[in-house]
Amino acid sequence: MNCNSDKVIYMDNNATTRIAPEVVDAMMPFLTDCYGNPSSMHTFGGQVAKAIEEARGRIADLLGAEPEEIVFTSCGTESDSTAILSALQTWPEKRHVVTTRVEHPAVKNLCENLAQLTGHKHRVTRLKVEGDGTLDMEEYRQALTEDTAIVSVMWANNETGVIFPVEEMAAMARERDILFHTDAVQAVGKIPINMKANAIDFLSLSGHKLHAPKGVGVLYIRKGTPFVPFLNGGHQEKGRRGGTENVASIIGLGRACSLAAEKMEEENTRVRALRDKLEKGLLSSIPKSRLNGHPDKRLPNTTNISFEFVEGEAILLHMNEYNICASSGSACTSGSLEPSHVLRAMGVPFTAAHGSIRFSLSIYNTEEEVDFVLDKMPAIIAGLREMSPFWNPDQ
Amino acid sequence: MWEYTDKVQEHFMHPRNVGELKDADGVGEVGSLACGDALKLMIKVDENNIITDAKFKTFGCASAIASSSALTEMIKGMPLEEAEKITNEDIAQALGGLPKEKMHCSVMGREALEAAIADYRGVVLPMAQGEVVCECFGVTDLEIIRAIKESDLRSVEEITNFTKAGGGCGKCEDRLREILRQTVEGIEAEPAKPKKQERMTTLQKIKKIEQVLEREIRPTLRKDGGDIELVDVDGDFVTVSLRGACSGCQSSRTTLKEYVEKKLREQVADSLIVEEDR
Repeated sequence: MNCNSDKVIYMDNNATTRIAPEVVDAMMPFLTDCYGNPSSMHTFGGQVAKAIEEARGRIADLLGAEPEEIVFTSCGTESDSTAILSALQTWPEKRHVVTTRVEHPAVKNLCENLAQLTGHKHRVTRLKVEGDGTLDMEEYRQALTEDTAIVSVMWANNETGVIFPVEEMAAMARERDILFHTDAVQAVGKIPINMKANAIDFLSLSGHKLHAPKGVGVLYIRKGTPFVPFLNGGHQEKGRRGGTENVASIIGLGRACSLAAEKMEEENTRVRALRDKLEKGLLSSIPKSRLNGHPDKRLPNTTNISFEFVEGEAILLHMNEYNICASSGSACTSGSLEPSHVLRAMGVPFTAAHGSIRFSLSIYNTEEEVDFVLDKMPAIIAGLREMSPFWNPDQ
Repeated sequence: MWEYTDKVQEHFMHPRNVGELKDADGVGEVGSLACGDALKLMIKVDENNIITDAKFKTFGCASAIASSSALTEMIKGMPLEEAEKITNEDIAQALGGLPKEKMHCSVMGREALEAAIADYRGVVLPMAQGEVVCECFGVTDLEIIRAIKESDLRSVEEITNFTKAGGGCGKCEDRLREILRQTVEGIEAEPAKPKKQERMTTLQKIKKIEQVLEREIRPTLRKDGGDIELVDVDGDFVTVSLRGACSGCQSSRTTLKEYVEKKLREQVADSLIVEEDR
């Protein structure tokens, strides 16, 4: 199968990323020659175990963590579920969870189904967000109670890129002996993280968001944090996660984390500049367009822009004709009939929510690509608006 | 990504009859910005009650735009009485089918047409006078009952796919289930209407069966990698052969009876019995 990735202008990196060529190279021996089971007694398997430990070290380095605080999982969703359900089993008498209204479905839907999973009725406080997608810290302070078992708040939002002050929030939770989990799937590799300098107990990350393959994730568990495994089985991961290791992907993730550390500077300078150019260009060349999310407290690669009076799926399909890949928070693309829960929580009006487009860049994007998108978008939006019964060119 | 037919893509990329009709005789507006799709249909009607022109403006996704475009093509030059009979299924069919989650786009097209004709005649549509069941999308009980009857809906999910009712907060789900139960019971209680049976020669029958196979049944089976051939027609017995992924498939009997036979009975003669050639 040939997907013609060289013809594509890929600006959907919050959905998934290209596997870095260096990562593929690092993985190949483990998909071919080095097929031993890391749990085996023989050298043939044992050398694979060594490679896994090296990868664990690389991941720990990117996070400012200890290697033994890194547990490999199958994806971000598994990491999220593991952390939250572990905390609820650690404190079975505590029946309160604090989270936000803008979490990824991995946390949102888990919190909505806790009763089914734990057999207990939990009270869930879902923190509101302001119009710019940021949290009200006073509301957070008041939400923490003696009954709270865990707080789960994403580090950065996947749709808008808005960054939450999770380190400050974790410190507030720690004062009250409440466990703190953060879904950092969008943050890891894009902004610096140092787990030695904060009080976060659990952190989830996912390989395919940082140029490693799909199907591998990590749960960071701070040393000393009480933990109950989600997958029981073999002694892999020191009994914290049963199941034979996804060796090649783990090796790939290790390489990707080292690369991310090397490219962190570029991500926050060149990629940020490209994002800013794209954002400013679109907002200035297309009337009735607006930015969704705080302009500064944001990931360097993400911009979410609403084009009023047109619908997101229609925009995406026109972009698709030019091989431009992005996402939308419109109802039609979400598979449900309502627009994104994130934009609705932010109070983005319907006129704008249905026409929202998220561009998320990576180090592989170029200025030529940004110029190409800036060249094509105004005509796409104008064409659809001409067709829209709500569009009045004089307004 | 939705699986759209080439026809949907084509109508979406090159929509026909976009714009305003300055001196329209009838205007139908349905949907809203909040709902995520809306359609304004304008028609021109001559003294012989023939729709001479139609234009539209649509806010919505690809299937909403394609449905509007296909609808205007269908009704141009059509007598009003015929246009009135157009159903959402006709619109979907003109597009070679729509994903089931997108059927509401074809329903919106039909409703806009009804609204435009009612506007031309100066009457109020009975559908709009029903009781609003889904507050999120403003869908009335009469609209829901009609969709259940016309498109043979049997679950709340299907009602949502066709009318959007229940697709928002979900508070009306119980009420939808209730309406569904009552409507289905009503249909089943109704005495089967004696259909006017046309007497056909075997040749005519074969021709009609082939048409239905080609137009409706094959495209659906092909989506699943299957196919169907007509082997023989003997009186009411229709022998077919399932090909590709359908042959030897465990659900092939269900496909034959529940789908192929049902379609042929509806559209050719309701005495037909479909059998598989083994």
